[in-house]
Amino acid sequence: MKPETESELADLVAGLKDPVCIVGGGTRGISGPEARIETGALHGISLYEPGALTLVAKAGTPLAEVEAALDAEGQQLAFEPMDHRRLLDTRGEPTIGGVVAANISGPRRIQVGACRDFLLGVRFVDGRGQVVKNGGRVMKNVTGYDLVKLMSGSWGTLGVLTEVSLKVLPKPESMATLSVDAQDASSAVQVLSTALKSPFEVTGAAYDPVGKKAMLRVEGFADSVAYRIHRLTAELAGFGEVTEEEDAAALWTGIRDVHPFRGQDGDIWRLSVKPGDAAEVTARVEANQTLFDWGGGLVWLRVPNGTDVRAQLGEFSGHATLVRSDIATIMRLGRFQPEPAAVSALTKGLRTKFDPHGLFNPGMMG
Amino acid sequence: MEMPKPSPDVLSRKNAVVARLSSVLPMDAIIHDPAETRAYECDALTAYKCPPMLAVLPSSTQEVSGVLRICHEEGVPVVPRGAGTSLAGGALPTADCVILGVARMNDVLEVDYDNRFIRVQTGRTNLSVTGAVEEEEFFYAPDPSSQLACAIAGNIAMNSGGAHCLKYGVTTNNLMGVTMVMMDGNVVEIGGAHLDAPGLDLLGVICGSEGQLGVVTEATLRILRKPEGARPVLMGFDDNEVAGQCVSDIIKSGILPVAIEFMDTLCIKACENFAHAGYPDCHALLIVEVEGSEAEIDYQLSKIIEIAKRHNPVELRESQSAEESAKIWLGRKSAFGAMGQLNDYMCLDGTIPVSALPTVLRRIGELSEEFGLPVGNVFHAGDGNMHPLILFDANKPGDLEKCEAFGAEILKLCVDEGGCLTGEHGVGIEKRDLMSHQYAPADLEAQMAVKDVFDPKWLLNPAKVFPLDVSETRRDA
Repeated sequence: MKPETESELADLVAGLKDPVCIVGGGTRGISGPEARIETGALHGISLYEPGALTLVAKAGTPLAEVEAALDAEGQQLAFEPMDHRRLLDTRGEPTIGGVVAANISGPRRIQVGACRDFLLGVRFVDGRGQVVKNGGRVMKNVTGYDLVKLMSGSWGTLGVLTEVSLKVLPKPESMATLSVDAQDASSAVQVLSTALKSPFEVTGAAYDPVGKKAMLRVEGFADSVAYRIHRLTAELAGFGEVTEEEDAAALWTGIRDVHPFRGQDGDIWRLSVKPGDAAEVTARVEANQTLFDWGGGLVWLRVPNGTDVRAQLGEFSGHATLVRSDIATIMRLGRFQPEPAAVSALTKGLRTKFDPHGLFNPGMMG
Repeated sequence: MEMPKPSPDVLSRKNAVVARLSSVLPMDAIIHDPAETRAYECDALTAYKCPPMLAVLPSSTQEVSGVLRICHEEGVPVVPRGAGTSLAGGALPTADCVILGVARMNDVLEVDYDNRFIRVQTGRTNLSVTGAVEEEEFFYAPDPSSQLACAIAGNIAMNSGGAHCLKYGVTTNNLMGVTMVMMDGNVVEIGGAHLDAPGLDLLGVICGSEGQLGVVTEATLRILRKPEGARPVLMGFDDNEVAGQCVSDIIKSGILPVAIEFMDTLCIKACENFAHAGYPDCHALLIVEVEGSEAEIDYQLSKIIEIAKRHNPVELRESQSAEESAKIWLGRKSAFGAMGQLNDYMCLDGTIPVSALPTVLRRIGELSEEFGLPVGNVFHAGDGNMHPLILFDANKPGDLEKCEAFGAEILKLCVDEGGCLTGEHGVGIEKRDLMSHQYAPADLEAQMAVKDVFDPKWLLNPAKVFPLDVSETRRDA
């Protein structure tokens, strides 16, 4: 089912008898009922005002189309959405609605915020087939409850997005990357934290244990980047050898899309932790491979198939998401960290309100 | 302003409720004498007043939990209150309610520079959060004009903004976690020192829910290292439209100033008389501020000045010293106080797409003549967050009503131009009845469904946000 308009989608949902899987570009590896609602025909940029830093697009608009339009005006989606295709071996074109529904961000999230922080407004069809709008296209809006944030990261379980409105930012004129030798995750996180605590506006802070290098990105006007790189180099000299990386754009795409894990076997997990805990928490897991982003706040783990990472982790401040595995493991362990009973009751309550017949992506979020 | 009729049943049980509350609170935390409850009869929207039945001042999450559990069992409405600085009547009591003030809960619980967060009790004032981390050159970014007095609890309830959110975002973008007491007394922890939600983004919907989903008692807030420096430039124009175009051109150029503030003639004069900031005598004044090292500031300001020059400014002046910068900002941040010296005023905060600025300013001018009330405009131009200040005389019969009608027209105009009713003050009671202008019934229904889940009896902060006729069946259930 591939409705071409919002009202067609609303009618379709109103007539649904059985659960469906909501699909944008189908690149994020979600699974669900065989019956699908695809948003790809809800297509097009409805409004783009570079001078107001706002863009509104239909949910099924390919991400690439949005990015090309922004690029033509020297602007970008600052939250740097990752591309899951290589990691998950999926095909198709990521859509802007999919990015929003899954709250997909990249390395710059540590500095500028997540996808949800740039989302200004949504239109969606709820589980009764009603069209709902919330927020708008202005940067400051506290008119009523913020369902915009609620929809971002709800993975289609509260409604089918039909249109999203986003804040965009100027593309930086220039970029540079420093790498600092770090023998282990613990010392790397210290390097990253020192840089993130500085006034030099680091927009990427990652660590790849294979190369044993902590990496820091600085962006902005050329002179300013040069100045900040200079100051950071001096500030980090005590930690280990500091060098400036060549061809750093590809390096950050690689971190964003977890390139070191490409083509490797096993399950892939994603931990969100207090950055300072990253090394210790990660060490609890028997992982084949790790990659640290967000100053340590995001840890990618590759583990043998079927590993119950949450059981190995035990108690910690944060959460673990199962990103890639076989269906049986996903069913057994659940994609998302189970919530405490009181919070889970709220989540269930909201899902029952927005999707009373349990039609959308059942099983996806508990 | 229509408010629901107080419940005679609740009022008749006042003494019994006090007796029960005294089992969870010390007596000095329970205010029940009508002479004393009057202190809580309004917030900063002083046009509306109603003393509450009781006020309580708990000192801990546990005490808040005890109060809410009892009120839940007794069916008593609760109005949470931060510092009472709401301009939207967000903390206006009903006659049968318990005001739950968090003012006694103002401790810093944890400061963690390595992980860049602070955890505080929410009665703490906005500015004193920055005060707690200033020593290490850190700050808490959202900076509402009332930051000296307003509490984090209210900031979270209203998702408060400020002048510098063009770069740093508003409260929701700087809030990492909360401890919240539900109306039934249960305590939930949402978020924390890590990023993003494990499941649905409940934190996102709690922030800005105007105290209607729960009482937030503790908050984890993102703190940032202060930039090396900041410097504003003043620009005067003889035409609002040109000033608006200049704003748009600056943004399009790839520079992201930390703040772009706009003032019109009436505000410029009032603020200048108040703060002596050296504002020029012109139609439209812009304050544009950038941050960074000295060299970075010079570079960005030179680009900004180059753009401004293309628009024939009547004044273009870079601040020459920290003292001058402070004066420039003092003028802007005291705009409300300065206007208050001219007359009583009503302050709105509708937001519009930046491109609609000239149209909206022109139309506000026309409406001002139609209604016969002067209006000054001061606002965050970078993000289109207007602040029309309508002057009126509260002692003159009919003036308040006229002012409200004028205000409603301006807000409808903001919505019709693609904006919204409120950018940072919240709906409260002030804009409650205009919600149907911005949102269709299904839109409001979806928002009320969230309240149904968090507060099924609709006891928390009654009669706010949703038009009374729209919420009636739920409140009476």
